[in-house]
Amino acid sequence: MIIEANELSKRYKMPKRKPGIVGGLKNIFHKEYEEIIALDKICFEVKEGELVGYIGPNGAGKSTTIKILSGILTPDSGECRVLGKVPYKERIDYVKDIGVVFGQRTQLWWDLPVIDSFELLKDIYKIPLGDYLKIKKELITWLDLESFINTPVRQLSLGQKMRCELAASLLHSPKILFLDEPTIGLDAISKLSVREFIKKLNKERGVTVILTTHDMDDIESLCNRVIVIGKGKILLDGSLQSLRNTVSKDRRLILDYDGGNGGISILGATPISKENNRLVIDFNPDIITPADLITTLSTQYKIKDILIENPAIEEIIAKLYGEFNI
Amino acid sequence: MDSIKLYFKYFRFNIESQLQYKTSFIMMSIGHFLITFIEFLGVWVLFERFGNIQGFIFEEAALFYGIVHMAFAITEGWTRGFDTFPKLVRLGDFDRILLRPRTTVLQILGHDIQMMRIGRFMQGLVVLIWAIFKLNIEWTLGKTLLLIGSIIGGNFLFSGLIVLQATLSFWSVQSLEIVNSFTYGGVQAAQYPISIYKPWFRKILIYIIPLATVNYFPAMTILGKSDLLSFSKWIGWFSPLFGILFFIFSLSIWRIGVKHYTSTGS
Repeated sequence: MIIEANELSKRYKMPKRKPGIVGGLKNIFHKEYEEIIALDKICFEVKEGELVGYIGPNGAGKSTTIKILSGILTPDSGECRVLGKVPYKERIDYVKDIGVVFGQRTQLWWDLPVIDSFELLKDIYKIPLGDYLKIKKELITWLDLESFINTPVRQLSLGQKMRCELAASLLHSPKILFLDEPTIGLDAISKLSVREFIKKLNKERGVTVILTTHDMDDIESLCNRVIVIGKGKILLDGSLQSLRNTVSKDRRLILDYDGGNGGISILGATPISKENNRLVIDFNPDIITPADLITTLSTQYKIKDILIENPAIEEIIAKLYGEFNI
Repeated sequence: MDSIKLYFKYFRFNIESQLQYKTSFIMMSIGHFLITFIEFLGVWVLFERFGNIQGFIFEEAALFYGIVHMAFAITEGWTRGFDTFPKLVRLGDFDRILLRPRTTVLQILGHDIQMMRIGRFMQGLVVLIWAIFKLNIEWTLGKTLLLIGSIIGGNFLFSGLIVLQATLSFWSVQSLEIVNSFTYGGVQAAQYPISIYKPWFRKILIYIIPLATVNYFPAMTILGKSDLLSFSKWIGWFSPLFGILFFIFSLSIWRIGVKHYTSTGS
């Protein structure tokens, strides 16, 4: 196991803010605190080479977990081992083997060319020159950085910046990469290229990746395993398919027709919408097979085109949050 | 050794980064020179009016002034990262620092090195040189070393105060102004010989924020004056070391602060 988290708990004390000027003055002399449970006995394990999606609504405890696993934060109780080390106890020795990317912050030197930040990281991580040149060359090719490697960071687009961030956090060849919302704010093409890169890194280099995101397309295209967290507890841990099955087995049928009519009252099928000659139906394949469903529908409609798909992962997650009331 | 190499790389990148805005850099340097020069004019006006203050003449005060301003200019230059530390925490950059296999102190120092403080430094240097030419000091190797030591010691003392100020921000954001009054107030207070102050204020400058040890005592020794406030004669020769001790002390408090941060996350 590359990561072992055992009953990790963390509480925060948040000062209660009283409203108004009088409240503000009271705050100075007498602060009241409110305790917030960020993590409540979290347990999970990650094997080497896995690509795990770690998802949950805002304030669920995602960042807290990442901070503990990366050694920034000490848990109140419980323990964790990453790469055989306790992250928050042996910080300097531990962090040289991990890479972390925060989608909303930069680690690059704002006013200097990208390459200068790389040079500095080479010294910070004490990367031997030979290794550095080799890895740098690889990353530049993989992420296609050549055309702007000498441009000051402040002049780069968000997508270019994220590609540089990824390179910067990988120069020291970490065995684990923590990605905190790596695609946030990126345009469609940049998202795709970032995803492609993460996939390649995981497959070809065997780098273990832990990814938090709100973009379910990230999860769908990257992760073979998802951990869902809510209110400091793990709600679900398994494959994307098992996540689907837990919440709802429904599949979706989209049917374009050229005429015909009729009410839809088929056992196991729920009509979602019907407009502009397009019919959308969710159905449970355990009750009615797609073949039977189409046969029944073809007696009522003159079918032009048919498509069966999984419901968007976004809807599934929304349902899941709804079920757990978070 | 390796850390020193890294620090110089930080140093180089800071200069290159600041030279991206050349005009701003030059204007700010000149600005720092002028602002402190106006402060010096204030001292001059005071002596012009009163002739001498408790036996000190203007040229002697200029020696105190030069030492303390050069020391503080160096501090402002190399500890800027600690001076703006609350911002580093707020923007999450401190988390990034914790994610790198280097000490927090080295990374924060390297994060921001302000070259434009050269303005204040030059101004202090000009005043100091002027004072040295005007005063009839019998220079010896010992006195020369003591002068340099006093500037270095003063720098470490101010740096220690800045580190303490940054450390406080782990607990509270509001307390910063208090320490600000120690650093900037300290510069103002130490640019005059402390013997002109009331005893209770002197005690603060000797025992609490030991500015006297890096300014008054060594400067009096250099001037060959004997009023060491009933301390023995050796204190002038060794007192700059207290600045370095104070800095080491503040670093140990800093470590407690970092520990607090990693256990509370705020």
